[in-house]
Amino acid sequence: MGAHARGPGTLRLVWVYPDLLSTYGDRGNLLVLERRARLRGIEVEAIQVNSDQPVPRQGDIYLLGGGEDLPQVLAARRLGTDGGLAAAAAQGSVIFAVCAGYQLVGAEFGGDQGQPVRGLEILDIRSTRGDRRGVGEILADVDPALGVPRLTGFENHQGVTRIGPGARPLARVLTGVGNGDGTEGAYAGRVLGTYLHGPALVRNPALADLLLSWAAGPLPPLDPGYEAWTTQFRDQRLAAVPVG
Amino acid sequence: MGKLPMRARVATTLGGAAGRMSRLAGRGDGSVIGGVIGLRVEPGLLSLLAADREIVLVTGTNGKTTTTRLITAALSATGQEVASNAFGANMEAGLAAALGQAPEAPFAVLETDEKYVPAVLRATNARVVTLLNLSRDQMDRAAEIWLVARRWREAFEAAPDCRVVANADDPLIAWAASGAHQVTWVAAGQRWHEDSWCCPRCGSHLRRDDLGWRCGECEFSRPAARWVLDGPSVIDSAGGVTELSLALPGRANRSNAVMALAVAEVFGVPPGAALQKMRSVTSVAGRYTQVERDGRQVRLLLAKNPAGWLEAFDVLEPAPVPVLLSVNAQVPDGRDTSWLWDVDYRVVRDRPVLVSGERGLDLAVRLEADGVAFEMVGGIDDAVSRVRPGGTLDVIANYTAFQQIRTAVGRAA
Repeated sequence: MGAHARGPGTLRLVWVYPDLLSTYGDRGNLLVLERRARLRGIEVEAIQVNSDQPVPRQGDIYLLGGGEDLPQVLAARRLGTDGGLAAAAAQGSVIFAVCAGYQLVGAEFGGDQGQPVRGLEILDIRSTRGDRRGVGEILADVDPALGVPRLTGFENHQGVTRIGPGARPLARVLTGVGNGDGTEGAYAGRVLGTYLHGPALVRNPALADLLLSWAAGPLPPLDPGYEAWTTQFRDQRLAAVPVG
Repeated sequence: MGKLPMRARVATTLGGAAGRMSRLAGRGDGSVIGGVIGLRVEPGLLSLLAADREIVLVTGTNGKTTTTRLITAALSATGQEVASNAFGANMEAGLAAALGQAPEAPFAVLETDEKYVPAVLRATNARVVTLLNLSRDQMDRAAEIWLVARRWREAFEAAPDCRVVANADDPLIAWAASGAHQVTWVAAGQRWHEDSWCCPRCGSHLRRDDLGWRCGECEFSRPAARWVLDGPSVIDSAGGVTELSLALPGRANRSNAVMALAVAEVFGVPPGAALQKMRSVTSVAGRYTQVERDGRQVRLLLAKNPAGWLEAFDVLEPAPVPVLLSVNAQVPDGRDTSWLWDVDYRVVRDRPVLVSGERGLDLAVRLEADGVAFEMVGGIDDAVSRVRPGGTLDVIANYTAFQQIRTAVGRAA
């Protein structure tokens, strides 16, 4: 599924507003998706769209990263006016949203003074500002329906997120804060969001492959030689962080 | 010192004794513990020690320690003693210790942690605050940089006697400094743009061209500069052009030097005299040091955040001189290594790359994604052994990785 949505052979990755939403290493998700697609012979076109440019509607995977409070509010306003991202979501494009990006694809989030700010309503979640920042390593077990092994990542946010009936939690928290109620992230259809910030897909290549398969159909496994460093790295992080 | 109240004198004396004991015990250079004890005895110590002196604060994400050293050198051209926290102990205790150790010095140049600038400015009534740059750094424990800039701005608004010497090329710095009553603008350059795409005043997208930056929506734009870094030279406030010819390498240090010259001018030190002193600075707290190790030359570069890595790449020896990259993620480094993905490592594709550090695997995955071939090594000695005898090894490391390597190759470095 989804193969019909992309042009002949080329997978279009759209990095949305890196000028506003790229606080800390968000480029990693783009680079990992590019690499894992190319290693499977899929041609990739990576497009960076700044906040003074229109968001193209024909992308296959859209990436939204983390951001500070004011840029987050500005990004939500611009994306709402632009309409491109919501249109792409409605067409079934894949959206992967991290941290501030995760909050702003929801119905509402807490602004710089804690005031409610309207989100894009692409994902049925609602976020507010919590009392304290959740900062540190996070471990979470993914909804078995997705077939993705345990998530490892780093979170740094003050958000508390409630998931509405139109979405499901992405994972159950073992260590860390996540949404604040023991769950972490959310997904519905091909829209997936998480508090694992920055280069979340680097530590979780199976999640990267899930997104790629949503856009490009079933993927052949990678030659283990291409996975050696990633596997060692992921194993080290999983071993370094105690569960619970 | 004679004018200090008894309590402050006791505090300074006790602090000095603790510092000496700490040095004797081999627990560092003793500059912090002395201040900690002194401040416990007299919480107003910093204020008392700063009274009746010309105080210069130096802050920003990168270049604080080096610029502090350059300004100290420049002010020594006055023939007067200059107090300074030369080893980067840049919170209140380190500042108090530096002042306590030089009670008669009429000048003090104090590297100040970004967070502490408002409090230290209030306590010391500083004559000059030097603002270098602001970019993402250790976000697991530091405030968002826009908030830092806003707090600075408010502090400057409340300090009419303070002159801010500010890098006009950094929009966030320019916004913070434009709250000050007196500003000297310096075109010191900005290589790292990723934290300044948004107008700090109105949030809109900033536009950049050869003349600098300006907001597409509000009126905010790069202020006209009185001092300009122009390639290898400085254009001074009188229009004179002088080649900097520093002993320290790289664009970032030329930028630091122009900032230092602008500060020296506030105290009547002309650029020629200041530069003569600044050229004698060859290494700063181990940075840029070249040491011999097992018949090879090893050069140590510190890079703590993406902007710092960009500047470090700038001073690498030309290929094929190999480079060792070493990364830790202890508390002083920031526990989060996500920033590695903000550094463009493709520039080292042209040379042998060695990787070490407690988070070497994070770096390995990062380099792989950038198509950089590398070898994982056990540490500095393993790296040195892979360099041909008589050859050179460049080392770029983040904070604790740098300290570990510096310890291994000898503190003398």
